[in-house]
Amino acid sequence: MPSATLSSTPKTALTFQELLFRLQSFWAERGCILQQPYDVEVGAGTMAPETFLRVLGPRPYKVGYAQPSRRPADGRYGENPNRLFRHTQFQLILKPPPVNVQELYLQSLEAIGIDLSKHDLKFEEDNWEGPTVGAWGVGWQVMMDGMEITQFTYFQQCGGLDLDPICAELTYGLERLCAFMQDVDSVYDVVWARDPETGAEVTYGDVRLTEELQYSVYNFEDADVDRLWAHFNSYEAEAQSLLAKANAVFADETATPALKRRFPLMSTYELALKCSNLFNLLDARGAISVTERVGMIARIRNLAVGVAKVYAAQQTV
Amino acid sequence: MSDFILEIGLDEIPARMIAQAEAELGRRVTDLLTRERLLAPGAKVTTYSTPRRLAVLADGLLPGQDDTEEQLTGPSWKVAFKDGAPTAAAEAFAKKAGVPVAALQKVTNPKGEYVGASVSRPGRSAADLLAADLPREVLALYWAKNMYWRVGKPERFVRPVRWVVALLDSAVVPVEIAGIAAGNLSRGHRILHGEAPVVIDTPKAYPETLRKAYAIVDVAERRNIIRKALDKATRTVPGARWREDEPLIETVVHLTEWPSALLGNFEPEYLALPEEVLVTVMRDHQKYFAVEGPDGKLLPHFLTVLNIEVDEEGKATIQHGNQKVLRARFKDARFFWEVDQKTPLAARVESLKKVTFFRPPAKDAEPWSYAWKTEQNRLVVSSLAAHVKAKEVAFDEAALLKATELAKTDLTAELVKEFTELQGIIGSLYAEAQGLGATVGRAIYSQYTPASTDDAIPPTVEGQLLGLADRIHTIVAMFGIGMEPTGSKDPFALRRAANAIVKILAESELPLSLSDVVEATATLDTKATDSAKAFLHERLSFYLKDVRGFAYDVVSAVLAAGSDDVRDAIARAEALTAARQSADFAAISAAFKRIKNILHQAREKGFAIEAAPAVTLSPEAAQLAAASAALAPQVATLRQSRAYGDALALIATLRPAVDAFFDKVMVLDPDPAIRGANLALIDQVLRGFSGIADFSEIVTG
Repeated sequence: MPSATLSSTPKTALTFQELLFRLQSFWAERGCILQQPYDVEVGAGTMAPETFLRVLGPRPYKVGYAQPSRRPADGRYGENPNRLFRHTQFQLILKPPPVNVQELYLQSLEAIGIDLSKHDLKFEEDNWEGPTVGAWGVGWQVMMDGMEITQFTYFQQCGGLDLDPICAELTYGLERLCAFMQDVDSVYDVVWARDPETGAEVTYGDVRLTEELQYSVYNFEDADVDRLWAHFNSYEAEAQSLLAKANAVFADETATPALKRRFPLMSTYELALKCSNLFNLLDARGAISVTERVGMIARIRNLAVGVAKVYAAQQTV
Repeated sequence: MSDFILEIGLDEIPARMIAQAEAELGRRVTDLLTRERLLAPGAKVTTYSTPRRLAVLADGLLPGQDDTEEQLTGPSWKVAFKDGAPTAAAEAFAKKAGVPVAALQKVTNPKGEYVGASVSRPGRSAADLLAADLPREVLALYWAKNMYWRVGKPERFVRPVRWVVALLDSAVVPVEIAGIAAGNLSRGHRILHGEAPVVIDTPKAYPETLRKAYAIVDVAERRNIIRKALDKATRTVPGARWREDEPLIETVVHLTEWPSALLGNFEPEYLALPEEVLVTVMRDHQKYFAVEGPDGKLLPHFLTVLNIEVDEEGKATIQHGNQKVLRARFKDARFFWEVDQKTPLAARVESLKKVTFFRPPAKDAEPWSYAWKTEQNRLVVSSLAAHVKAKEVAFDEAALLKATELAKTDLTAELVKEFTELQGIIGSLYAEAQGLGATVGRAIYSQYTPASTDDAIPPTVEGQLLGLADRIHTIVAMFGIGMEPTGSKDPFALRRAANAIVKILAESELPLSLSDVVEATATLDTKATDSAKAFLHERLSFYLKDVRGFAYDVVSAVLAAGSDDVRDAIARAEALTAARQSADFAAISAAFKRIKNILHQAREKGFAIEAAPAVTLSPEAAQLAAASAALAPQVATLRQSRAYGDALALIATLRPAVDAFFDKVMVLDPDPAIRGANLALIDQVLRGFSGIADFSEIVTG
């Protein structure tokens, strides 16, 4: 194997946490508010309400946050160097997108220490669609030296509603990006933190390997399918009854604005998110037949679309 | 003479859409300039594109339209002027024409005396016309997928418009497209040039100015640079060459503004994976070119086309990164390959029940699983096999049935889930690895070919029969639930499936007609065979015209005489195409058209078309009858031996007799007996010689 000479990049590459710091600072300096990770299980940063709800309606918004994202079927018991049950997305929403959004994005790469004059960067068409949340957009996967480092999407629709203004969604896959920058073959070898005094390193594996194994055991072996179904049905029923209540309130001409504002939209949305996560768990357990799959996606989308409508209505109260 | 440049600057356009959009923009601008009389004689329109721009340069533009003088004609003079005084009609006309009443003139034409006005129309300047019309032309460009980006969603386009350059010589044309006012500022390569604007001084300076900003706007030039760069990078490996891949070249041409190429390597141990898997990973997932040795076998190298030019350190970094990505992908592929081997194809048949082939939209309809599809295919294949066996075609029936049974099982393989484009191919590789034999493997391998009309048909009889059965079943099943293609909508690619059936029959030696293929589905409980037959016949017509390039009238003539045997239709079309060149044959075609018209008239008028026993024919009619009677059996013999060229040449010798007949004989003679005999004669001629083609369909000078 004719091995390539390594560049000096790895020695100076950022640690996992420094990577996050830099991205956060970069975008905060460009007017984004920084949110903390959302505390309900989601499959992607898009599903956190900071994206799903904030992109609706006319109000401009700029936000960035690191979102742990769960994909039960992608777990590999910690044995695969590139696939994880839970990975971290640095998610950015720019609504409306600034005219120089791509240039800003390139500057963010420079800010994390990538010398663009020494890499091959391409924006390759990749359109995104999230059927469970009634969302889609057009955009690119950003390829650097043959690897996808960011998903860049101009959102067109969310929760079944057309967006106006639209927004740009940038999703950096932090583990993969960091492994690329540190030039390690496994995400578990990524240096998470380095003690500035002693130089002692804590790796991604030190922090996360055990839980990746355990999550895979649960997701693929132990999760009780009947109970998962029962949970799903129960969360769905509660979400539906809340949506029915919301629809009654918003259809009632005598309802006061105060009453409309009181409707617990966030809680309803979280119930829908629970359903989405349970669906993914059932899927990983192989419990959803092809026949059922489409129907399940439609059930979750109905909840998401219902929430999006109520949210939009609440914005105009 | 003036020059004009238009450049639309965009966020990166999807590579697959650029070539078509560039051509369409060129066409639209040319049409606009032609329509508005702005193109000088000898003017030249050139188009350019990169991922971030579409541009049109018009060299040789008139600065404006010529002024024109137009003569308008109004009401008659008598109505417009009573006793020399203008009436309301004269005033209305003058107002409409935009001239004073005093300027109205009397014009005399064959119809009489009228009021006329001569109106001069000043030509508009090129800048005015372009500013007014360009936005509409640009925004009308077709894109396979559009987006909104501005607040209020005023327009849709492939990606946001970021800048517009519109220059007429050195002056900016005041045009606004999607909210962006045109200027003379373009942009260069994102990284090599950076964000500084690039000033375009004159239209003709456009390509060279952008070259200095590291954007090669000429597509052919980029293609050439890429090919040379690939050659050069490959030369570092003795005896190696990169594997030609036209579509991939086009993709990377449209992904780059300043291309270069770089060779990378992978561990030779991965060469143990099937070549199809390696090439798919490299080409489809990574857009890499494969490298092969003099023996055509893959070498452990790849080529990647960069959108940048870098120093040695950069090259090492980029090579290292790409190699790492490829290694991870190969590792995954090898892992899936090994996992898949644990469950042989035969053990996967059962799990096809859980894989949906299609979900009929009817409420409560059961989804069609691949297990069901496999069973249906088996029934069709058995019927086709029986048919060709009866005609003594040699093939391995057991292998065919085994291949049919296992054809879809690779859909459950991890490797196919990862690389869906390898369905069929993976199945065949597994079949061979699992000792099922080359015949089974090859049939599974080629079941989805031809994928397009350019693609080759399956090389073996087993593969051909499996491919026919799979497709005709899909067509008949879809037609059976009303899912025929309509207009431009063909969501299940049924036309492509039917094209493949026609192509397999055309290029194989299978003794099957289109009806035979359709009727092989007769044992299934669907009732769409008639419409499926019509559909296949229509596809045959498409194949003859669009794939084989026969003239439409030849195709109509040939298909009117029979459209079921594909290879026979092709042979007849070839013979007819050659024969129609001769003057005699053209005359015969015209005569046959005449015969058809006369018979049509006669039938409408209710004339009898039969010869009474004792009618004496005119000498010319008798001569035609004799000539026809002499030729008919010879033509029939030639036709049966498919010597269509000879048969048509023989038919052409009928010309003197036919010409003399139509010269001298009035077919629709007032005497019903003679008329009936004449009609019977031409009817017989028409029937006797239309077996190869309906010549009356041939368009003659």
